[in-house]
Amino acid sequence: MSANRDIDALIDLMARLPGLGPRSARRAVLHLIRKRALLLTPLADLMQSVAATARECLNCGNVCTADICDICRDDRRATGELCVVEDVADLWAMERAGAFRGRYHVLGGTLSALDGVTPDDLRIPRLIDRIATEEVGEVILALNATVDGQTTAHYIADHLQGRVRLTSLAQGVPIGGELDYLDDGTISAALRARKDI
Amino acid sequence: MEWRGEGILLTVRRHGESAAIIDVFTEEKGRHAGVVRGGASRKIAPILQPGAQLDVAWRARLEDHIGAFTVDLIRSRAGAAMGGRLALAGLNAVTALLSFCLPEREAHAALYRRTGMLLDLLGQDEIWPLAYLRWELALLEETGFGLDLSVCAVTGADEGLVYVSPRTGRAVSHAGAGDWADRLLPLPPVLRGEGAAEDAEIVAALGVTGYFLGEKLAKTLGERPLPQARARLVEELARRV
Repeated sequence: MSANRDIDALIDLMARLPGLGPRSARRAVLHLIRKRALLLTPLADLMQSVAATARECLNCGNVCTADICDICRDDRRATGELCVVEDVADLWAMERAGAFRGRYHVLGGTLSALDGVTPDDLRIPRLIDRIATEEVGEVILALNATVDGQTTAHYIADHLQGRVRLTSLAQGVPIGGELDYLDDGTISAALRARKDI
Repeated sequence: MEWRGEGILLTVRRHGESAAIIDVFTEEKGRHAGVVRGGASRKIAPILQPGAQLDVAWRARLEDHIGAFTVDLIRSRAGAAMGGRLALAGLNAVTALLSFCLPEREAHAALYRRTGMLLDLLGQDEIWPLAYLRWELALLEETGFGLDLSVCAVTGADEGLVYVSPRTGRAVSHAGAGDWADRLLPLPPVLRGEGAAEDAEIVAALGVTGYFLGEKLAKTLGERPLPQARARLVEELARRV
């Protein structure tokens, strides 16, 4: 048990983070205290700074510390390609892959009747504005291969049809995947999307 | 308390960091909710797509607890649904309507079987709209708002039926309608299993079933509007006309 109220409060807060529970939070806090100069102080300073400056990019919805994020500011990324993703985590995943050199648009979710998410709750009007003002030639719908993700993709496609070239990510066998372990839906999708060799 | 059975997954809602609360439609238990531990994990989340045919085992300490499911995939329908715009809209409409209309833990075995057959036809766009219309009629029947289109409610005639009474859901002939004709709903022949079942006629028929779903059934469920997913399906069908 921690002997200090602040430390207990810190453990409680840490335990609310994804992937952490009370035990791991206690271990993490103890580690931070032991590495006070190396970890705790710089972490506290950075958290304070990020808490003061972190915000959504006004253009694309990415999380950054300025009004406009680095990707939107980078002229080299004005390729005319706009990749639409559901969430900031998806944008970061695409950036990790390093395969896309255009710009992004974060919707902030998917349409969901169950959760009451309607088109007005997503950043679709802003997407339509961007297509008109940024000379976008292609919109890549990089939404999750889930029922909600694809429903949202079709909804966006309906609204952009005829204005711009629309593409979506391929669906099928993942790299390193073995057919024997794939579900029938994935195999069907892969077969439909087969290509000439 | 525990039971095991087969069911169609209707909805999935994330619960906490790693669990999910799902709604399944089973033959014997009807629409039944439960927690799936690890339901948001990489391993289980892809299984939990609406429309999936699941083998479920439910367990709870008391009957009225929400309880926990363990799930196993029998057949995924998301792949077929994602292959086409109409199929996807159809899957969303069916799962949303069932989730909206059916009370929890009340068996609707006939509707369950019909739903399974309807979902297995996803992707066959030529026959699916008519199958869906028949399914909506069955849904109305199961929920107590079935249409009686066999004979005229006024004259008893079984020919020349061109209207449906919005009050009773019974067919009315041209002769029987008289001065009330403009207050009645049109009766597309496809609703009686007649005619060519063109898309335009199916859309018109869905207007009639939609009236009873929205104005009769939904009114008994706390004045909630019908799920938007149904309207999107009708839009999708109208687009094909």
